[in-house]
Amino acid sequence: MAHPAADTDRPTTLRTPLGRVRGSGSAKSGTHHWWMQRVTSMALLPLTLWFIVVLATSAGMTQVEAALWIGQPFNAVLLLALIGLTFHHTASGLQVVIEDYAKPEWVKIAAVLAVKAVCALLALAAALAVLRLAV
Amino acid sequence: MATFTLPKNSTISKGKHFPAPAGAKKVRPFKIYRWDPDSGENPRTDTYDIDLEACGPMVLDALIKIKNEVDSTLTFRRSCREGICGSCSMNIDGLNTLACLKPIEDVKGEVRIHPLPHMPVVKDLVPDLSQIYAQLRSVEPWLKADTPPPPDGERLQSKEERAKLDGLWECILCFCCSTACPSYWWNGDRYLGPAVLLQAYRWIADSRDEHTGERLDALEDPFKLYRCHTIMNCTRTCPKGLNPAQAIGDIKKMLAERVV
Repeated sequence: MAHPAADTDRPTTLRTPLGRVRGSGSAKSGTHHWWMQRVTSMALLPLTLWFIVVLATSAGMTQVEAALWIGQPFNAVLLLALIGLTFHHTASGLQVVIEDYAKPEWVKIAAVLAVKAVCALLALAAALAVLRLAV
Repeated sequence: MATFTLPKNSTISKGKHFPAPAGAKKVRPFKIYRWDPDSGENPRTDTYDIDLEACGPMVLDALIKIKNEVDSTLTFRRSCREGICGSCSMNIDGLNTLACLKPIEDVKGEVRIHPLPHMPVVKDLVPDLSQIYAQLRSVEPWLKADTPPPPDGERLQSKEERAKLDGLWECILCFCCSTACPSYWWNGDRYLGPAVLLQAYRWIADSRDEHTGERLDALEDPFKLYRCHTIMNCTRTCPKGLNPAQAIGDIKKMLAERVV
């Protein structure tokens, strides 16, 4: 809700409002990030459906059967695509949430980097697991 | 983290009660946010019992009646009282709107009135709009063209080109939308907010303007534009029935189209 103008969390500055608002100008980026969020979610729709159907119909498979199934090139390629897109989508979505709420600036940067690192490592680990069975 | 609770000097205490005059028939309590920077006290909520039989139909009528007849210290902005100046924007019954266009009868029970949310308060219902005015100025909301106008007349538009400005030119800059937007609450120092982005799009969409590319360049920013997450509070609250979320969506679409 509203709070008084005398609030002390605003740093003291004599810069004009227009100067503060213009700041360092536009970053000239953001469109690619926004577009990739849409593209990855579109691609994930059929891939995730396919993966759910596979999981639902593979009940009772033995370990060897499952390994052979993952090893088939068609399945391995789709799994790799699913892994890459899922973690890309997760990282870019979480980045937006962190940018919305995390303060101060160093917490925001550290959190975004940490999310990207975790997502990248998880993607690599998952991809390695598929590749070991497929290659 | 973003601040989700009020700072200590902003917590609202129970205020004074002004009962209706004896013999009042149709009494309705108005609970109004009060804060005086000179008092050194925390904000409070004052209650004014108003006889609706002796009051005009709109919330602004009640505010003017309170100021004239009950408590002259109540401070608020108003001018045209017909929804065209945008001065009396405030939060009434939990929704940002214009006091002059809000019928008292639309509110059930007590009428709760606060200033526009999450803006610094100058006094009572008057928010400090200097930052949002600066943001408006930063998008340069005026026609920019290098081609001089025809010597014998004005710059022309086709009917179709002019139609693209419908739903944009009607904005009266009351800032109900921007102050209803959670993204603007948390990141208003960098996010331009729905009102200013609608104004930016009003000139992007104008066929007579020749600086569309520069305007899009200036908006392409993770914070200035892309803090919009289509929450849609802006469109829901607009007292003029406009759709700022659509305008922001159109800006994002144009930015995507020029790279994809």
